[in-house]
Amino acid sequence: MKRFLHASLVLTLASAFVFFLAGAMLELGPTAIDLRVPVAAHLPESGVTHPVTAVLLNYRGYDTLLEIAVLLLALLAILAVVGEAPTSPSRRGHSVLQAMARLAVPSMVVVAIYLLWAGAFRPGGAFQAGAVLAAAAVLLHLVGLLPSWSRPRLGLRIGLAAGFALFLAVAAGLLTQGSLLQYPPAAAGVLILLIESGLTVSLALILAGLFLFLSREAEA
Amino acid sequence: MIEPLLDPLVWLILLPLAWAVLAFVLGPGRGAWPAIASLATQCWLAFDLAQKVGAGGVANHVVGGWSAPLGIDLAVDGLSASMLLLTQAVALLLAIYARSYFKSDDPAGTWFWPLMGFLISSLNALFVSADLFNLYVTLELVGLAAVGLVAAGGGAQQMAAALRYLFATLVGSGAYLLGVALIYGAYGTVSIATLLPLVTDDAPRLVWIAGGLMVTGLMLKTALFPFHFWLPPAHGGAPAPVSALLSALVVKASFYLVLRLWLGPLQTVLPAFAWLLAMLGAAAIFWGSWQAIRAVKLKRLIAYSTVAQLGYLFLIFPLLAAHGALEAGVMQIFAHGMAKAGMFAAAGVLIKATGQDTVAGLAGAVERLPVTMFAFGLAGITLMGLPPSSGFLAKWLIIEAALAQGHWIIAVVVLAGGLLAAVYVLRVLRQAFLLTPASATLTPVPRMLEWSAFALAAASVLLGLRGVELMQLLGAMA
Amino acid sequence: MSTGFIFALTGAILFAAGVAGMILIGHLLRRILAFNLMGSGAFLVLVGLAQRQDVVDPVPQAMVLTGIVVAVAATALALALVRKLHALTGQFELPDDVDD
Repeated sequence: MKRFLHASLVLTLASAFVFFLAGAMLELGPTAIDLRVPVAAHLPESGVTHPVTAVLLNYRGYDTLLEIAVLLLALLAILAVVGEAPTSPSRRGHSVLQAMARLAVPSMVVVAIYLLWAGAFRPGGAFQAGAVLAAAAVLLHLVGLLPSWSRPRLGLRIGLAAGFALFLAVAAGLLTQGSLLQYPPAAAGVLILLIESGLTVSLALILAGLFLFLSREAEA
Repeated sequence: MIEPLLDPLVWLILLPLAWAVLAFVLGPGRGAWPAIASLATQCWLAFDLAQKVGAGGVANHVVGGWSAPLGIDLAVDGLSASMLLLTQAVALLLAIYARSYFKSDDPAGTWFWPLMGFLISSLNALFVSADLFNLYVTLELVGLAAVGLVAAGGGAQQMAAALRYLFATLVGSGAYLLGVALIYGAYGTVSIATLLPLVTDDAPRLVWIAGGLMVTGLMLKTALFPFHFWLPPAHGGAPAPVSALLSALVVKASFYLVLRLWLGPLQTVLPAFAWLLAMLGAAAIFWGSWQAIRAVKLKRLIAYSTVAQLGYLFLIFPLLAAHGALEAGVMQIFAHGMAKAGMFAAAGVLIKATGQDTVAGLAGAVERLPVTMFAFGLAGITLMGLPPSSGFLAKWLIIEAALAQGHWIIAVVVLAGGLLAAVYVLRVLRQAFLLTPASATLTPVPRMLEWSAFALAAASVLLGLRGVELMQLLGAMA
Repeated sequence: MSTGFIFALTGAILFAAGVAGMILIGHLLRRILAFNLMGSGAFLVLVGLAQRQDVVDPVPQAMVLTGIVVAVAATALALALVRKLHALTGQFELPDDVDD
């Protein structure tokens, strides 16, 4: 009975909130500031031609720096939580599955490289490319071709941290231009591509790691 | 104009990220020395920044050369500079403490240094950011780092505590994010400086909802009553250096953000909630103190004390119309930050030495661990609000501001809170003064642990003697 | 009512449903799903409300990209904690907080 009252209270409050919010949203007028104008105006000097990529890596590149930090941090926290449990031997998948995986993965790698390069002028970029590569790694693990990861050794640690470290170094180095992450308009495109390439590798490792460090047979 | 390459504002964010990455690459359990060296540098940078702000007003950094609203602005005024100072100072002392605390095979210490690096960096980034969405990202960074530190290497109880904390903090930042979304929808920008003139007295209803959402989310993250349920298990169950970092710094970050919104873009909208927050603060003081008086485990007692002391911070909201209340709030943040860090550090020593974690088991601690108990006592003096500690100064300022505006009820609550704090602090001290039972064994603890705990607690008391400088710094508000 | 408004309203409903789910549901994995629902709701509001006059605004889209990554990171950490808890206790619900 108490649970029922509690649940109905929460649901009533939630519905009331939605109605209230909906009403408030409908009575909005036009906004005071339209950011599309400055985004489009500065696009030529941003180094890329797609507005979303420009916002993500140039105008609000600092957000992206912190966002990579969040991912690396999540991986660290997972390592801290999971600790030293031994890995299980990877299960052998069906040979047809394995053959299909072997066919799919090279295509996935090519798609990832394309996405990285295309990000400059259409939707794409480091995150998308890294996610596809990570998916390839997870696929290989699920069919038994890639063992799960235990405590990371030095090489893996460097790979995980390198993209972020590169981004940090470029950001700090650009302080000479006047402020953090201030790309000189001539070199902006090259620098952004450089950062994105480093990020793709690290992101692929981090996202794959989020899965592979967790995947082991439960001991209980 | 500050030479950009040497801008302390930016290095306070970049340096901790650098040593966090270095500590990670160096491997499990490593990274203490780069951390301590960098934190000492960061302390110096924070002092430098505070002096610049005190002399010249506000320090700015336009990231990427794109000024708001297109880009992200970083701004440091008196309030931010004070928070940065507190963070670096407490973090440095706790880093020294933690180096001796974690034995080499302790699973909780394996990735402590990189996690701490991310935590300090995200706190610094939070205190200097002037962009609502960027603040959301820093809030999440702080939250995830804190959860990681709580959960590291723990057993079932710690996992449960970490999960409670994680869910609470995620709902909190989710509500904050929805508020930011509504504000962007209403005004087309998330830059605090740009929003300041736009949010007027006849702001649309949506802005009121946004304000309510953001404050509710931040209340969850600060563990204000009745959203405090996650704090006692998390702070009480984590290793001592982690509990100290959380109670002293992490919960203050979301409170700082409430202040920033209150005094900044939402200043026409939020003050309507002032008395509601004050009442919840009073409830926090009474409920937290009552639970601390009843607690069986030592760290749980200290965690409930945090719940109570955070209530004082929310009492200042009805008083912000006049000048003294902001200084009172920041003084309370400093006082509680240093005292609670010292108290948790002392508790860590006591638990290591006596091998158990209840209050009752502290019998005889005074004669066996005098430095640590003295540290605990000093911290207790600040929490109780006895002169000449900074806790006394903070409470005095709150009472002064309250009486000046005729709200004597707030003064009564502050005094009552001090008495209740005395009950639970003296409870611990009384137990420690009992004679050592014959069966008690004592594990020796490194001296550095005792002395770093002492340094933190003593700082909280001594700050009361130098309160004037802090007030002058705060005078430089944007 | 423009498309943007419909997105925003849906986002509001999803957000409320997600928060209600996180409060009411005991099973931890479903709670994580509720968290993702809440996050998606907030993102929909961010993009939909900004585009309520049927024009495409790149800034909220970039913000949502950042938000999605942050949500992924948080979900991963939550899953790791739930898995560890399950390995230690065999349960998918939080044990009652033992307050001595």
